[in-house]
Amino acid sequence: MSHPIPALLLAAALAAGSVHAQTPAPAAAGAAKTDPLAEYRRLLEEGNPAELFEARGERLWTQKRGPRSASLERCDLGQGPGVVKGAFVTLPRWFEDAGKVMDLEARLVWCMEKLQGFDGAEIAKQPFDRGEMANVVALATWVAAMSRGMRFDLPQKHPQEKLMYEVGKRAFFFRGGTHDFSCASCHGVAGQRIRMQDLPLLTTNPGDGVGFAAWPAYRVSAGQMWGMQWRLNDCFRQQRFPYPGFASDVTVALSTYMGVNAKGAMSIAPAVKR
Amino acid sequence: MTLRTSITGLAAGSLLLAGCASLPSSSELDRIAAQSIQGSFRDQGIAKVDRIKQDLAQAACSSDKAPDEATVERIQAEARATIKWPANGWYLGDFREGERIAQSGRGMTWTDASTATSANGGNCYNCHQISKQEISHGTIGPSLYNYGRNRGITGLDGPTVQPIFEYTWMKLWNPRATNACSQMPRLGHMGVLDENQIRHLMALLLDPRSPVNQP
Repeated sequence: MSHPIPALLLAAALAAGSVHAQTPAPAAAGAAKTDPLAEYRRLLEEGNPAELFEARGERLWTQKRGPRSASLERCDLGQGPGVVKGAFVTLPRWFEDAGKVMDLEARLVWCMEKLQGFDGAEIAKQPFDRGEMANVVALATWVAAMSRGMRFDLPQKHPQEKLMYEVGKRAFFFRGGTHDFSCASCHGVAGQRIRMQDLPLLTTNPGDGVGFAAWPAYRVSAGQMWGMQWRLNDCFRQQRFPYPGFASDVTVALSTYMGVNAKGAMSIAPAVKR
Repeated sequence: MTLRTSITGLAAGSLLLAGCASLPSSSELDRIAAQSIQGSFRDQGIAKVDRIKQDLAQAACSSDKAPDEATVERIQAEARATIKWPANGWYLGDFREGERIAQSGRGMTWTDASTATSANGGNCYNCHQISKQEISHGTIGPSLYNYGRNRGITGLDGPTVQPIFEYTWMKLWNPRATNACSQMPRLGHMGVLDENQIRHLMALLLDPRSPVNQP
């Protein structure tokens, strides 16, 4: 399964990226400054290792697994049992059977519990790169890939979906921790950077394939495949916050807020990132 | 409930909203959000849940709207009272050490072993341009290149430098003293950096020999 070509390509791209990063940037802020990064991303996309996770996710979907030796082929991601295409760009959403708003990863764990007999609470405790949680990330990568090129359109009809949006908005601006950071510290103003990293504005639609429309993504610097739960988890780590529970209210609410704001943005997930 | 996602607030909310298409009032939403946030986090390493018990300023600066004038005044006055001035009026350390601290974005996350100031950086370049040599800098804060030079600092003491030293110390210790909802961390007040580390950052910004103040 694993073949050396993507790794080599990545190493070359990484080297190219770091060379570019040393080139003096023009004084004026603007597109010119981000060219090296765009080039670096272009190189990476020629060999996106997310494809390996996609392939694994697809296999996991149809494989008979778990205490009940069942597949996930009857899992309802919001478009009806077994319908995968188009599901990603409508999540998080309300699920009547679960009685709550769920994001993709929470819904996958729910299906693994109900259909395959896994213990969802046990999975939720695992690190993102271990055991069944790593399988959730692979499944999420494949489900996202099945909606590549489609545009975000989260439902906001159910009162709980509206409520989650409002909770997410408040969570987005919530300042705390030793550094007084909130999500808005980095993502509340357009056109800003941390070091050389462009920061998307997430209070509105940041554009096709940007922000919410780019995750899950393969992180080259970490050599890891990250779903949105992991992305948010590491945001909170860097905000110096305590640890957010997997699929906790805050994480689902923030995804609802970002997903609704991204209405009309085209999904490029799974993307490749620095 | 399979996942630990159901919080009484949201559960109550769902009952409250059953058969009702409109949302609760804004203040009720605030209450539900606060409850959801508090219930979503747990301790991990040095990052404990007490970090999301907001103080006055954190709470007042947690929306897309600025707090009212009276609250701004109160936050700034309280922040001014927290400033710990440097012992013996000794404001400047070593700008080379300052550069090292400004470069480091480390410290205070749940993957860091200790909250000791010696383990922490200032995160300065993440948001500010500082020396001209470092091109990998953020743009969330204003450029600090030529910070001292632009303020006419040509020596290390004297009456002209004193107010600028005091203002800059205040900014580094607790920037809420002059800007209630400043985006900048309260490096001194929150124990991220100690007095000596802040002296080094002061030197980076204000010492005429610092790379920051070269043309």
